[in-house]
Amino acid sequence: MQKFDKLTAVAAPLPTINVDTDMIIPARFLKTIKRTGLGKSLFYTLRFDEKGNEREDFVLNKTAYKNAEILVAGDNFGCGSSREHAPWALEDFGIRCIISSSFADIFYNNSFKNGILLIKLPQEDVDKLMEGAERGSNSTITVDLDAQKITGPDDGVFEFDIDPYKKNCLLNGLDDIGLTMQKEGKIHAFEERLKATQPWA
Amino acid sequence: MNRPTTLYDKIWESHLVDERDDGTCLLYIDRHLVHEVTSPQAFEGLRNTKRSVRRPDLTLAVADHNVPTSDRSIGIEDEESRIQIEALDQNCADFGVELYDMNDIRQGICHVIGPEQGFTLPGTTMVCGDSHTATHGAFGCLAFGIGTSEVEHVLATQTMIQTKAKNMRVTVDGELPIGVTAKDMILAIIGEIGTAGGTGCVVEFAGEAVRALSVEGRMTMCNMTIEAGARAGLIAPDEKTFEYLKGRPKSPKGSTWEASVECWKTLKTDNDASFDIEITLQGGDIIPQVTWGTSPEDVLPITERVPHPTDETDPNRRKKMERSLEYMGLEPGLPLKEIKIDRMFIGSCTNSRIEDLRAAAQVADGRKVADHVSAMVVPGSGLVKEQAEQEGLDKVFIEAGFDWREPGCSMCLGMNPDKLAPGERSASTSNRNFEGRQGPGGRTHLLSPAMAAAAAIKGYLTDVRDLGVD
Repeated sequence: MQKFDKLTAVAAPLPTINVDTDMIIPARFLKTIKRTGLGKSLFYTLRFDEKGNEREDFVLNKTAYKNAEILVAGDNFGCGSSREHAPWALEDFGIRCIISSSFADIFYNNSFKNGILLIKLPQEDVDKLMEGAERGSNSTITVDLDAQKITGPDDGVFEFDIDPYKKNCLLNGLDDIGLTMQKEGKIHAFEERLKATQPWA
Repeated sequence: MNRPTTLYDKIWESHLVDERDDGTCLLYIDRHLVHEVTSPQAFEGLRNTKRSVRRPDLTLAVADHNVPTSDRSIGIEDEESRIQIEALDQNCADFGVELYDMNDIRQGICHVIGPEQGFTLPGTTMVCGDSHTATHGAFGCLAFGIGTSEVEHVLATQTMIQTKAKNMRVTVDGELPIGVTAKDMILAIIGEIGTAGGTGCVVEFAGEAVRALSVEGRMTMCNMTIEAGARAGLIAPDEKTFEYLKGRPKSPKGSTWEASVECWKTLKTDNDASFDIEITLQGGDIIPQVTWGTSPEDVLPITERVPHPTDETDPNRRKKMERSLEYMGLEPGLPLKEIKIDRMFIGSCTNSRIEDLRAAAQVADGRKVADHVSAMVVPGSGLVKEQAEQEGLDKVFIEAGFDWREPGCSMCLGMNPDKLAPGERSASTSNRNFEGRQGPGGRTHLLSPAMAAAAAIKGYLTDVRDLGVD
């Protein structure tokens, strides 16, 4: 997994609430057996018209935001299905960090497994960063995961909380299957106990 | 005396393999359902790291999302879909996982076949790379939808890494009125708490109206817990649950059955247990529900009108509402009963079981689908289809002008040949009305199977109670 420590990049505003995973990547693009190459389908219906031409009014199609690596998003971002194709598409497109007042649980977990940092902030802080992000390419912000700090375009600083396990995995790019496999002894002991007490399970 | 605990606390604690100082837990997973869309990259990961499936005996696979629901003897026309299904076949063969392939009578939607086979059991933990895994909570099974990285983690280790969720309880007191179903109840709950109302929580459903539901009705409720943002839904098992599971192919047998039922009877929230969030609804107040917008929370009783964005004070919500109405092609103030439909879909992991088909057939019996409506009924599994045909439900549907199809996810999600054309409007028993969910530009109104059948007959969204059906 790609590490995440510090990122300075353009932040794009996407104030729509309840952006669902079908919006992030429609189901017809899930017919793949690979994790890669999904960026071209990211936000497909929002980005492209019926003829496949870019919609000028969509934020990530605007010149100022073409290189955005951060999204400042509306409440409940990522609701809906468990498709990991959503963070795969975001990551492939170049988005490394999303800031919102809340995220759907499954999407939240899936993103961290793919090196994308999701930051939950109080609504008033998101509102300020959204306002900053509206300034196009001048909306560069810095996210420092180790210090758990965001520095906004006007040098305003926002501190954020994060689960220490997720932070550690992201900072070091750790594969958590490898970590869990080190606990084989405990897993095996649990299975033996289960076999004795609940053989049907 | 022990601290009073919730049903969720009990299942969680009995599955803890390890707990770190920071609260991160390793949870044992008893059952894993696998389907073709979210598993290929997980198996590829195992191959790349030379890992195996730790417990193939606790893993069950089925192809459901991509399969066509028409004649399957000609195979799958769509190349990408075919490759995904062939990859599942190959992965199951290579890693020793049991698979119900497309031509197996036991094939169907993963959340229909799990309970049907007795793979889903009370007090167990289950995962699947699908958000509607919440369905299995109807049995008092702690069931999570997970992403592909977590699928790989469970395949390799039979555990998942999680932190404990909050406890939330939704109680529905009293009795549901005639014509009001589990689907109406869960839609009303989502309307009340919102699509993020359960975020970070495991929701236990309780109360007289929930207890009165059949096991299949409970599955419909738990299925849509994810539409309220919750990690899982739970209903304490009872005699109905045990009766449903008894004799199923994978249910415990003989003396083990007796012992398991004794254990399952203890699976309930203690009287004094406290919840982080409690919500109570009166069952008697619930009216058949239908969605008008592009989120399951955009729901109203069928007796209402399309809402006015100007009544919404929050600017972000108003904007979302305006966008939804534009997408749905609806004018504020229009009575919901005056919304004309083009298509009707009965199916999906929410509503494709035998009781759903019976409820719809009761409405369809002796009536005809409106001329301008194309209506399809898609059973949840080969066994549901067989049962329905034994009961003659297929004939009722066919005589009324409904299309009777093969089992699969079908038009719930627009990734197989069943989809809406741009601008088409459907009355659907599925679970999501997101933009493009049933096909690009398609417009979805979510409702119960009886309400869907009524809409197909009238050609408009309809109050099923007006048709005199109970």
